[in-house]
Amino acid sequence: MTGAAESPPRALTTAETNYATVRQTVGSWLLTTDHKRIGVLYFVATTCALALGGLFALLLRIEHLSPGPTVMGAMTYNRLFTLHGITMVWLFLIPSIPTAFGNFLLPIQIGATEVAFPRLNLLSFWIYVAGAVCVLSAMWLGAIDTGWTFYAPYSTQSPSAVVPTVVGIFMVGWSTILTGVNFIVTVHTMRARGVTWMRVPLFTWAMYGTSIIQVLATPVLGLSLVIVALDHALGWGLFDPARGGDPVLYQHLFWFYSHPAVYIMILPAMGVVSEVIPTFAHKNPYSYEAIVYSTLGIAFVGFLTWGHHMFVAGMSSFDAGAFGVLSMLVAIFSAIKVFTWVWTLSKGSILTATPLLYAFGFLFLFMFGGMTGVAVATMSLDVHWHDTYFVVAHFHFIMVGGTLTAWFAALHYWFPKVTGRMYSERLGALGFALVFGGFLGTFVPQFLLGNAGMPRRYYDYPARFQTLNVMSTLGSWLLALGMLLTLAYLIHALLFGERAAANPWRSRCFEWRTASPPPEKNFVEAPDFELGAYDYSALWPATDEAES
Amino acid sequence: MLELFRKLLHLPPAASSFARGVDALHVFVIVTTFLGVGVIGAITTYFVVRWRERAPGATTPRVAVSVGRESALVVGTLALFFLWWVIGYRQYLEMRRRPANAIPVYVIAKQWMWKFSYADGRIANDVLTVPLGRPVELIMTSRDVIHSFFVPAMRVKQDVLPGRYVTLWFQPIKAGTYPVFCAEYCGVSHSKMLGEVQVLDDASYRRWQQDATQSTSLAAFGRDAAVRHACLSCHTIDGQPHIGPTWSRLYGSPVKLADGREVVADPAYLTESMMDPAAEIVAGYPAVMPTYLGSLDTAETAAIVEYIRSLQAGPVTASVALPRLAVSVSPPGVAQPPPAGAAP
Repeated sequence: MTGAAESPPRALTTAETNYATVRQTVGSWLLTTDHKRIGVLYFVATTCALALGGLFALLLRIEHLSPGPTVMGAMTYNRLFTLHGITMVWLFLIPSIPTAFGNFLLPIQIGATEVAFPRLNLLSFWIYVAGAVCVLSAMWLGAIDTGWTFYAPYSTQSPSAVVPTVVGIFMVGWSTILTGVNFIVTVHTMRARGVTWMRVPLFTWAMYGTSIIQVLATPVLGLSLVIVALDHALGWGLFDPARGGDPVLYQHLFWFYSHPAVYIMILPAMGVVSEVIPTFAHKNPYSYEAIVYSTLGIAFVGFLTWGHHMFVAGMSSFDAGAFGVLSMLVAIFSAIKVFTWVWTLSKGSILTATPLLYAFGFLFLFMFGGMTGVAVATMSLDVHWHDTYFVVAHFHFIMVGGTLTAWFAALHYWFPKVTGRMYSERLGALGFALVFGGFLGTFVPQFLLGNAGMPRRYYDYPARFQTLNVMSTLGSWLLALGMLLTLAYLIHALLFGERAAANPWRSRCFEWRTASPPPEKNFVEAPDFELGAYDYSALWPATDEAES
Repeated sequence: MLELFRKLLHLPPAASSFARGVDALHVFVIVTTFLGVGVIGAITTYFVVRWRERAPGATTPRVAVSVGRESALVVGTLALFFLWWVIGYRQYLEMRRRPANAIPVYVIAKQWMWKFSYADGRIANDVLTVPLGRPVELIMTSRDVIHSFFVPAMRVKQDVLPGRYVTLWFQPIKAGTYPVFCAEYCGVSHSKMLGEVQVLDDASYRRWQQDATQSTSLAAFGRDAAVRHACLSCHTIDGQPHIGPTWSRLYGSPVKLADGREVVADPAYLTESMMDPAAEIVAGYPAVMPTYLGSLDTAETAAIVEYIRSLQAGPVTASVALPRLAVSVSPPGVAQPPPAGAAP
């Protein structure tokens, strides 16, 4: 074998056609089995879900401009926060990064031309769409006001459209499992020669860890929601104490899924950051192994912490203590990742472009979200904070500050890869500033509201909470403005942007060793994986010199 | 110092013996969080400036992992988290360890009110009266869905579950009136399920205890009955529509029904509305009121009618701790869950 410097990867061939231009009919998109096109379809669908969930959130914030009725009644408010939670969690946060970016990039990152089951992949997308339609149809079928958590026995008694909603979520969960199985099999069986386990890019590792959780945890959610539906429709009474059932059993089942679901949302985000930081620092990760093993650690230990959602639900003191300790353990894996990312910057050659700005935003907000997460797992403090706006602020720091920020990083980082165009860096930085500032403006006041004792899911609130609520609402407008600006300049870039080079970031990761956008079969000629995905210490004449 | 942090963090008044320890841990946790994020943020900023790109595409050295530094950071972080856990767990166990001399109060939660029953047989809605400086134990259950009894000033919260009794205790250290919230979502009026803890000093508490046997007028008896049976959770007495129509200026007035008829709110109509609410539904309101046949006795029914009659001059200010309402009516056609146990 020759040294890395002498045998540069040769796959940067300009293709005549790419995956997007090869066939132009609508049918060729809607019935495609190309993982890249399915990724794009998923991107459009999940982004619509984000827009819808965001609209619900804006309405909720407007209602909170003043105590008492501002623009809607109590019932409407309760339905909106339920829809906001369900849309954001199941239709956006859980599927967004794996199904859009994962589908597009995972096969390319391991040198494969497809996922293991391309038709299953298409089926998974259409099941997602059917599930989403089913969930949202509840708005016309009597709406639903149970909160996204469906706590029994309220959910089994509430005279609202519980059944269609739950069936829709069940379907979305099914589509998630199909994607998870597909990714696991793809990573196990379709890695190209030279892509051994310890050379697999970190984003793919994150997809792999996420898929394990999806496949193991989602069936439990499906089971619990089916029981809720049966309780609601047929009066089974499994969670209804009046019929000998136990409402706390529901909470155990629900959180056994829904706490790992938090890691389904954050692991892909961590995968994105693990790609963006080495690329823009032009530097190998401080410890590739630490990131891989902490990903797997989170995937497994995350299953043992669900009880920290139930410290005031009447669990035994021993259980509470045990779940408290286990929650701190899982936080350690995240801490390892944070240290590794930060030390990756050291001795690098750092280009502070928009994706890296978002990665830093992620880092900052995720640290606050994570530390306040450990804080709410501290039992005596949780007694005060549980079910208040403190918890709302904490999990929005993880889900919006973490996952959504990383989603924006991924969007900018892979935009030239997917579209072959470049966006304006200046607008990118402005968009970041608005999103980041708007985020802090929205959620920092909510921490204080929680401290002051304002419970969550409150239509009305005592007048003394108004100032902080108004601040939070103003912040949400700034956040929305930043997101609209981003949408606008990205659409503009998609249509009129400059043509991007195949590897505009000078990344060494495997997906950048093919054309941008990639050809239909991902590579024109067999790519060379001799040089590692993060090997920035060796010369790479083919790209680095050609680009500069 | 602690007081300053309480202001900064917007913490409510510290009215129970738990507050000091919990707030101190709160401050410790928040300060270490800010320090941790600050240090990591400073290091990141330093790296970004120190190692900014000078020659595009330059190779960078492969840095050997310092296992010592990684482990030190991990062990340090873990030690910090464990310290939080040890303190937090001790405080949590303290909250679970009920003193033997605690005054028992039975609490029944239902959509959307709190009912407190004292050992001497007295019952009060939404206002919990306790003496200063003595531990109080709440023995709680729910009549319908899950609620959560939350007193921010006492730093206590406990989910109240149907079909099982749970307990919570606290010891007030400051006289005053403190809000009670329901913290577990329980339906349309979740945010109106408010109450108060009234902490009385010794003299006032003794006066309150002796207050029980006052003779009362029929209207006052009716008001007490209306409070006891939670009528006022759905009907206001200050003119605002709520789950049901207001009682203010109701007596003797014409009432438009859902089926288009119009009746006069005379004693017969009012009595029928208590015993067979579905018979004549007022236009614009959901048919959610349960029957009170068998739970309101004759004397109470009469007294409630008398009470409604006394509100002819209304609106009056609520003398019971009615949730501060700015109420809206749920859209017509949306059936509310019949509150399974609205009639005590």
